[in-house]
Amino acid sequence: MLNPLFWLQAITLAFSQIWANKSRAFLTALGIIVGVASTTAVIAALTGLKGKVLAEFESVGASKFFVFPDRPDNAPRNMYPWEKILLKPEEARAIRDECTLVKAVTPITEVGLDVQSGDKRIEGITVAGIWPDWHEVQNRFVEEGRPFTTIDVDSERQVCLINVDAITELDLPANPVGEAILIGGRRFLVVGIVETTQARFFGMNTSSAEIFIPFSVAEKMQERNFFMRIEGMFANPELAEEGEDEVRFVLRRMRGLAPSEPQTFQVAAIDKFIEQFKTLATGITAIAGGIVGISLLVGGIGIMNIMLVSVSERTREIGLRKAVGATPTAILLQFLLEAVTLCLVGGFIGIAIGRIAAFGLTKIPGAQLEQADIPFWAVVLSFAFSAATGIVFGMFPAIKAARLDPIEALRHE
Amino acid sequence: MRVKRGSRMPDPGAAALIEVRALTKIYRVGVETIHALRGLDLAIRRNEMVAIMGSSGSGKSTLMNMLGCLDRPTSGAYFLNGRDVSRMGASELAQVRNEEIGFVFQSFELLPRQSALENVELPLVYAKGGWRGRRQRALAALDRVGLGNRVDHRPNQLSGGQRQRVAIARAILNKPSILLADEPTGNLDSQTTAEILALFRQLHAEGQTIVIVTHEDEVAAHCQRVVRLRDGRVLSDLPIAQDVAGRHLESVRATVASASAVAEAIAGGGAAC
Repeated sequence: MLNPLFWLQAITLAFSQIWANKSRAFLTALGIIVGVASTTAVIAALTGLKGKVLAEFESVGASKFFVFPDRPDNAPRNMYPWEKILLKPEEARAIRDECTLVKAVTPITEVGLDVQSGDKRIEGITVAGIWPDWHEVQNRFVEEGRPFTTIDVDSERQVCLINVDAITELDLPANPVGEAILIGGRRFLVVGIVETTQARFFGMNTSSAEIFIPFSVAEKMQERNFFMRIEGMFANPELAEEGEDEVRFVLRRMRGLAPSEPQTFQVAAIDKFIEQFKTLATGITAIAGGIVGISLLVGGIGIMNIMLVSVSERTREIGLRKAVGATPTAILLQFLLEAVTLCLVGGFIGIAIGRIAAFGLTKIPGAQLEQADIPFWAVVLSFAFSAATGIVFGMFPAIKAARLDPIEALRHE
Repeated sequence: MRVKRGSRMPDPGAAALIEVRALTKIYRVGVETIHALRGLDLAIRRNEMVAIMGSSGSGKSTLMNMLGCLDRPTSGAYFLNGRDVSRMGASELAQVRNEEIGFVFQSFELLPRQSALENVELPLVYAKGGWRGRRQRALAALDRVGLGNRVDHRPNQLSGGQRQRVAIARAILNKPSILLADEPTGNLDSQTTAEILALFRQLHAEGQTIVIVTHEDEVAAHCQRVVRLRDGRVLSDLPIAQDVAGRHLESVRATVASASAVAEAIAGGGAAC
């Protein structure tokens, strides 16, 4: 019905209207610009954070699992006293010996002890008791010296592994293997330097002094009912579900839980955390979406207002166009197109500002948002929402223009 | 001449291009009812040049809006080129205006930010198949009104007479059945008025049907026939020689010679208005 010339002139006219009223158009589109810019910036930050966190989870390994004590929900506190639900070393041993899908497993218990090397003494360093499998589970091996062996654990050797920060804090020589340090008043031989990993989860980094001793030794240095957790790795990440069931089965049997009784511990694989994080990220994205919805609503009302002004200003022009044969549909489309163009230009500027903001985020030191970037879908969605705003809020003024009586319009002053 | 689609009227009523029968138009302004047209009959044949005259309130503006298909009558029939347009919908009327009517207004109604050429092209924007040959058609129309050398000028770079020429070029672009001019010289000085009227005469000589709504006898004297309205009815419908306006015929004949000389000069591609 409408020929190409109509569309060509309609688009040209839409842009020339914006160009002719630059500052007015800018102020009108400001709501949309701000809305799109803030949303794209939030999405960019979130994308960066997600990339970072997921990469960290990946580096930890998808086949990793954790076991920790957990009081059943809604259960009375006195029914499940803490000492009753704490994990026991024999439970770790049972998982190691009986779970066929578990490739490596280690109990971990942490105890704050005073550490001394020569005259240098540091109080309350976290000392962790581990099994040799810890190296594999944590994917941290030794840079110097040797890792822990089963003999270290079985014969309760007073040996320790330390990290680079511990070397500096304790003023040890650059290669301290073979040196002796006092941990909790006992003499331990440094046998190896553990690799330093980059930040673990959410900036809980390992860049402070770390000391590791055999689990069997740590057990002796702990209080009677001490807290320990179990970390392990499945042989096959594909079978993580089955592996979790296996661990759960072994622990329930160890604890003598009847099928009807609730579980007093939690087995969680890393993918659960990933899922939780993704749910959280989706939630934040939805909130950002809500913000953009509100700002587009506000922006849309501005668009409607300015389009009504435009219709009123150009009443004679509308009258003329009708006189030379413009149908109501042609007038409607013309004004709708102008509103949409205005919104799209606003959206474009908004995305450009969001892009600059995203670039700025990557430059904030310590914010860990190096990967902040606006994903393609967010760009498409921003344009789609902008266009939709133009259509929704441009409709009323456009209908008003389309319904103008040509005679009245031509008489308009 | 073009033959339009649509139902032909059973009674051809000779070769009438415009056939208006018992046309009435009633407006309601608040509680008041205004009878703008009270059963008006009128027929205009092809290639006539007719002046419609009357004092304000006589219904001439209403009649012009009806003839231009800008408005629909309350009752009565209007056959344009054999088609009954009095019952058409808004979109259909828009198409009829696009194809059959060329409007010329007192205040020109050019789009200020567009060039003369773009202004002339405007009807093609809303025409079926307005894409091909649009430039040539617009240029040809501008040539016909003697503005072939002003195509890229904006309205504010043109004189009043030139602006009206652009408007006339726009009106004749789609080769309309009727050129409908509403006080076309109302905003022009007498010299320019003569030139514009000479242009109308030239277009008429080339076969164009022209209806001029005016209140000036001097303008009406350029037409062949004068229709005078009063109170929404035809008061008189006479050839120019028998109408009161005929007294200006002598001066028209006197100015035609000089005006056509100017027109020729313009057509020759030179002088500005």
